[in-house]
Amino acid sequence: MTPEVSQAHQHEHDHQAVPSEPALRVKALESLLIEKGLVDRAALDALVDAYENKIGPRNGARVVARAWSDPAYKQRLLSDADAAIAEMGYGGLQGEHMVVLENTVKVHNLVVCTLCSCYPWPVLGLPPVWYKSAPYRSRAVIDPRGVLREFGLELPQDVEVRVWDSTAELRYLVLPERPAGTEKMTEEQLAALVTREAMVGVAKVSVSKAGIAA
Amino acid sequence: MNGVHDMGGMHGMGPILEEKNEPVFHQEWEGRIFAINRAMGAWRKWNLDASRHSRELIPPAEYLRMSYYARWVAGLVDLMVQSGLATRAEIESGVAAAGSIKAVPALTVDKAVTLVAKGVPASRNVNVAARFQVGQRVRARNIHPVGHTRLPRYARGKFGTIERDHGVFVFPDTNAHFVGEKPQHVYSVRFAARELWGEQAAPQDSVYVDMWDDYLEPA
Repeated sequence: MTPEVSQAHQHEHDHQAVPSEPALRVKALESLLIEKGLVDRAALDALVDAYENKIGPRNGARVVARAWSDPAYKQRLLSDADAAIAEMGYGGLQGEHMVVLENTVKVHNLVVCTLCSCYPWPVLGLPPVWYKSAPYRSRAVIDPRGVLREFGLELPQDVEVRVWDSTAELRYLVLPERPAGTEKMTEEQLAALVTREAMVGVAKVSVSKAGIAA
Repeated sequence: MNGVHDMGGMHGMGPILEEKNEPVFHQEWEGRIFAINRAMGAWRKWNLDASRHSRELIPPAEYLRMSYYARWVAGLVDLMVQSGLATRAEIESGVAAAGSIKAVPALTVDKAVTLVAKGVPASRNVNVAARFQVGQRVRARNIHPVGHTRLPRYARGKFGTIERDHGVFVFPDTNAHFVGEKPQHVYSVRFAARELWGEQAAPQDSVYVDMWDDYLEPA
């Protein structure tokens, strides 16, 4: 857990049954805005439901698996990511302008947003806490190899590391290398191997590690 | 602004800690403030850039201490008060001011579903000439705007190469302050890691930064 998450949890444990201060504040804010007719509770529920239950890294994993299985799709994905991702039925908020970066034996791409938390929502969902936190945002650009080591990935010296800082409205998805020994796998089996971390570029896809839970 | 949010290249922020099986929202209120932000944005009293800037204005010590979604609460409250959608007294008390007229929500369920599915493109279909060409050597301007900017400090004054022209987009530095969209080209600019960080960086590594025309000058 990041320091800010553990701090929040600590706070919870200190006051067992008492809701945390932000919980009360947001509850009061929501009541006020409903009373004023500024927000519709059902619309808020729909937004939470979309990102909690419908949109997540499974989407990106399917895009990656398709690219691994279909060379023509991969070419479309690399040359016109918006259209190719839309073919799979994904797109929308915070993924209006997509760019896909291909990792190879010689080139390793890594994505960060040093200024805030920009992240390709339609294919990866909302970002995890580590991606939004100071340690990753501060160090990904100055010491990407050190950051990758922290994630357990030691890159050979001759690999070229490209860090992509999401300072504008372009959103980046890493197309990881297809691992060896997966030649006979179906697209569905391949998708199950692909992790969120691999699609941000802080990990590789491996056959031994479990992918994202369905 | 040279705020603490612009943290690329800083030291001392501690280790990166992954949480296994991390939930989308750690507590219910995080999901609510996430959704409230989107729903209130539908009133079009502010824009995405102004929203980002509202969080950058949180004093540095507080910014670092606050959780991610606590910053969203603070930023939204400031935007609502500034735009007149709610008063500070209403927000503190949680009760609408006496005699206030009830509005009809701008974001309905249908519109929320469309918003998620369609998004809000920041590109603009206007004919603006590109000031730079792919392959051209450029220098990021050494500027220090006190308002909102997406030009990170670590790149200012540094030399790079235009790698890709992404087309024409809204300019955050003006849009955040409601003084116009000033649409212009955005480029992916490649900076050699050694240009940014010196000899400690690997010679073949690089950092790609998306930059608007106004951030760049010919090198």
